[in-house]
Amino acid sequence: MSEIRLMKGNEAIAEAAIRAGVDGYFGYPITPQSEILEYLMMERPEERTGMVVLQAESEIAAINMVYGAAGTGKKVMTSSSSPGISLKLEGISYIAGAELPCLIVNVVRGGPGLGTIQPSQADYFQATKGGGHGDYNLIVLAPASVQEMADFVELGFELAFKYRNPCMILSDGLIGQMMEKVEFHEQKERTKDFDQSWATTGKTKDRERNIITSLNLDPELQYEHNLKLQEKYKRMKEDVMFETFNTEDAEFLLVAYGSSARICQKAVDVARSRGQKLGLLRPQTLFPFPEEAIAKLSKRVKGILAVELSAGQMVDDVKLAVNGRIPVHHFGTPGGKIHSPDDVLKAIDEKLLGGF
Amino acid sequence: MTEEIIIAGFGGQGVLSMGKILAYAGMMQEQEVSWMPSYGPEMRGGTANVIVIVSDERVSSPVLQSFDTAIILNQQSLDKFESTVKPGGLLLYDPNGISRPPERDDIRVFKVDAAAEAARMSANKTFNMIVLGAYLQLNPIVELENVIKGLKSSLPERHHHLIPANEKAITRGMEIVTKAS
Repeated sequence: MSEIRLMKGNEAIAEAAIRAGVDGYFGYPITPQSEILEYLMMERPEERTGMVVLQAESEIAAINMVYGAAGTGKKVMTSSSSPGISLKLEGISYIAGAELPCLIVNVVRGGPGLGTIQPSQADYFQATKGGGHGDYNLIVLAPASVQEMADFVELGFELAFKYRNPCMILSDGLIGQMMEKVEFHEQKERTKDFDQSWATTGKTKDRERNIITSLNLDPELQYEHNLKLQEKYKRMKEDVMFETFNTEDAEFLLVAYGSSARICQKAVDVARSRGQKLGLLRPQTLFPFPEEAIAKLSKRVKGILAVELSAGQMVDDVKLAVNGRIPVHHFGTPGGKIHSPDDVLKAIDEKLLGGF
Repeated sequence: MTEEIIIAGFGGQGVLSMGKILAYAGMMQEQEVSWMPSYGPEMRGGTANVIVIVSDERVSSPVLQSFDTAIILNQQSLDKFESTVKPGGLLLYDPNGISRPPERDDIRVFKVDAAAEAARMSANKTFNMIVLGAYLQLNPIVELENVIKGLKSSLPERHHHLIPANEKAITRGMEIVTKAS
């Protein structure tokens, strides 16, 4: 039986984690995502499913607990917000290097530094271009509703185990703090219905021991390992996800993800009511990025406006996808301020339609 | 039908929970809803506000700059949000502590003496429900029975004995709301 509730995005992630049969959560509180840990503590999932919930002594401890537990083939996760994710990056790079599946939630706030607790999308580069050291990528999911906050937990683990790669849910304070309707699936058991032949679960007589490490002192081996990783990141393209609104007859296109996409939807509705043929493409995966879909649309539309709560990050990926075919503009609000649909409409008039 | 509402006042006045009960009630009658609070340092002793959207259609932006209705519970919020009501929209306020009343003449302005009434009823904690009642009298976007269901869902079980008092406050708010001159 599914169940409909009114919940904050952060609470939805926590409830979805219990229902998805997650084995462990290791975290450290930070606004605007503390409700994830609070909800998990309050729900006592150790009684519901046996899930472990632990408040570590720091972000660094939490990510290394994830590293260790993921090595045993368990479904484990952590969550934080921007400054906390910066602290976790060393561990995230190790996890990516060791090819371990896990889920990392970043409920982004305004930076740089300690910044502000208000919503922002300025961690796009950090999430999609590595962040930590070395040539690695995370699978990056960008929920735009409380429902997707819940749904992407299960999806995140599915992809993380499919590719043996850390997956990040890149949300922000807006989606984390807002309440919406959310439909939950039935409780799933904490099962091992995935391949764990690589995990350190104890050596058996019929195989060599499994070693989990990100260290390869032999450059030849590390080179081979890197080629394998790159091949894996390319394969991820088959799991690209995006949503389009009113693109069928659109003359101009907005590209926006997460909270900014919600704001843009309203702008598109208003623009349409004024007779402006505007559409919206919303990436649901930021890595892999829906570059082919954007390239295809760039052959039909006259111009694109990338709209984000940052000084301009995703716009670079849109430009790469468009490859100079048509003008790509950027409208963004950095530092924890949120643009309104009216602000987007103004940018549409000035930047996107201005030259036509 | 889409109703876009801002509720603003001091932290502790029950602004966020009033919005939550409204959102719950909308959800109970199968409508799409969103509840977007201000969060952060301004909540501690300062002003608090929440944007609630109740709609027959999918809610797009949870963040807005103009509203069909503003429910205003202190002077700072009035100063900040009076200009954001759409022409023809509704502004409902509690005159308690208001030194500069609303001035716009292109919107419907109503007042509800909720703080004074709550004190008279010796039920200060139901202040926000008096305001909610006043609003529902003017804009009955949700059924009263769904509001009660909303109260049940959002109040912890140990507070369920307070529901009749809250229901009474809602009814009282419906009775005492008046058009501002």
